[in-house]
Amino acid sequence: MDITIAILLTIATAATPLLIAAIGELVVERSGVLNLGVEGMMIMGAVGGFGAGYLTGSAWLGLLAAIAIGALFSLLFAVMTLSLATNQVATGLSLTLLGLGFSGMMGTGFVGLPGQRLPDLYIPGLTTLPVVGEFLFGQDPIFYISIALTAGVAWFLFKTRAGLTLRSIGDSHGSAHALGINVIRYRYMAVIFGGACAGLAGGQLSLVYTPQWVENMSAGRGWIALALVVFASWRPWRVLVGAYIFGAVWIGQLHAQAFGIPVPPQILSSLPYLATIVVLVLISRNKRLTMMNTPASLGQPFVPDR
Amino acid sequence: MRLELIKRPQRSALFSILSPFIAFVLTLVAGSIMFALLGVNPVSALHAYFVEPLSQVWQLHELAIKAAPLILIAVGLSVCYRANIWNIGAEGQFIMGGIVGSILPVTYPEFQNAFVLPLMLLMGMVGGAAYAAIPAFLKARFNTNEILTSLMLVYVAQLLLDWIVRGPWRDPKGFNFPQTVQFSDAATLPELWPQSGRANWGFVFALVAAVLVWLMMSRMLKGFEVRVLGSSPRAGRFAGFSVGRMVFFAFMLSGALAGLAGISEVSGAINQLLPSISPGYGFTAIIVAFLGRLNPLGIVAAGLVLGLTYLGGESAQAALGLSDKVARVFQGMLLFFVLGCDTLIHYRIRLVGMTTPKLEPASKLEEVH
Repeated sequence: MDITIAILLTIATAATPLLIAAIGELVVERSGVLNLGVEGMMIMGAVGGFGAGYLTGSAWLGLLAAIAIGALFSLLFAVMTLSLATNQVATGLSLTLLGLGFSGMMGTGFVGLPGQRLPDLYIPGLTTLPVVGEFLFGQDPIFYISIALTAGVAWFLFKTRAGLTLRSIGDSHGSAHALGINVIRYRYMAVIFGGACAGLAGGQLSLVYTPQWVENMSAGRGWIALALVVFASWRPWRVLVGAYIFGAVWIGQLHAQAFGIPVPPQILSSLPYLATIVVLVLISRNKRLTMMNTPASLGQPFVPDR
Repeated sequence: MRLELIKRPQRSALFSILSPFIAFVLTLVAGSIMFALLGVNPVSALHAYFVEPLSQVWQLHELAIKAAPLILIAVGLSVCYRANIWNIGAEGQFIMGGIVGSILPVTYPEFQNAFVLPLMLLMGMVGGAAYAAIPAFLKARFNTNEILTSLMLVYVAQLLLDWIVRGPWRDPKGFNFPQTVQFSDAATLPELWPQSGRANWGFVFALVAAVLVWLMMSRMLKGFEVRVLGSSPRAGRFAGFSVGRMVFFAFMLSGALAGLAGISEVSGAINQLLPSISPGYGFTAIIVAFLGRLNPLGIVAAGLVLGLTYLGGESAQAALGLSDKVARVFQGMLLFFVLGCDTLIHYRIRLVGMTTPKLEPASKLEEVH
């Protein structure tokens, strides 16, 4: 029983960064913008979070810095794609390349240093409850943020007027503009929200998951988060399910390596990436489902006419 | 204040030539600011980056070695991007080319004659093309997003290379180092002018590929098909062009070129397989493709510029103790500025106040026009 709980806890820790980054990207894509820079914003959040945590000695300040850096970095993408109407795919790619370069440069001095770790929640009486106690009441703070974020985004998109507006922009920016909605302003907000989420996800990596700085420590999680949004057909709660499936695959292959299963570790390490491909194929096979849910203006630049 | 874009009636020929140069200057300016913030004299840093690596003949050879894979890969990618097909997994296709091309020299090292090198190059191309066929197949058959699948396959290829070099292909006499046997002379890509430096035939392959693809894109029906399907798939279908076949064509062409780059690098510059054979050539080539305006001849020039950033990174590390990651930052900034400047090709930009729109065009870039 204890082992099951321990594995569940590690799965939650592995799933949380995927969930947060994917929820942020979901809002961005719902507004009709495709930001392929998730990996870059995430790694910037990771290095910023680690650095601020190390320099100030406070993991909480590290977390705030991670969010701020992610948001700032996404602003670059927003100015390029929204104000200058550049190609979103290419700009997102360049954001990722720039982020990987910048983080490597900033992090050179951080390699091998001990980091700060956010403390786990502890509520006397509740955390010590048998079986469910530790899973529900004894995890790191970002776990709870990730669940609240999912619920908040689901509520915002489907239960508020602003959420409806955002979705309408994603489906037809031309009509939204004709109705007098400020398309560009909504999209700026969405992209910056996505950047803050990706930064937070990166902060989780360097402040909770492995409290240290390793170059390229996001290891493709930003790209998997992008795939999760497609997998979830742009619905928040399905993102949560997908993130936990991927968290389980990620943890499963690590445990398989530890158990000494006679398969080369490199093959096991490639499982999360192969699983992403399989999942994408399964989802995209159903053309009607994807056509119905994909925001219709996704990836198209928008320039307001007079 | 906000930016306002005004559509030009036609694309500006002037800016489509000027934009890469403006972008390069902006990158130098931004780079100088970055160096100043890092506490390094910008002039000496830029000198170390862009002048020192070009001061001796053997260094020009090194530039050719770095530029060759970038040009080969980027030329293939330009065809994909022209066709609006987003292959971003060239890094993986490069690695697969290196692995498949190395089958002969690693498993039959005693097989040494005039056929072995051409066979290796051919197998490298087949390996890269076959690996690129996976995302192409998934895109054509299931409409799966090729950006994500081709990228995921990069991680898989990297892990496969790591496994094969540490496991089955490890050199038994290599003191347990993760490396394969050294290739024989017959399996080594010859150097062009051994007296003056290391540059090998890979650079010639790159130039030949650039000219051939340029001919295809500008003089042949296939190139027309690529451009039509890229700008308007619907019009392409009316003309009888098949989107699915184009996906395969573009992916496998770029995969074959990336594979050729991979085996050329392994056979020419490294001479054996190592757990890592590429400093991110496949990703940097994306920048090369855009900086070269998706035109194969422009890509040759852009490949030399980006190759220079790799060499500059090494020389700045040696001379000024700067992190070699600075080169990656330069590369990323360059792509950013190129994409931004490309807006000027289709739009005029002006700054307007939030409340009262001013009529005079106020953008500084406007004055260049």
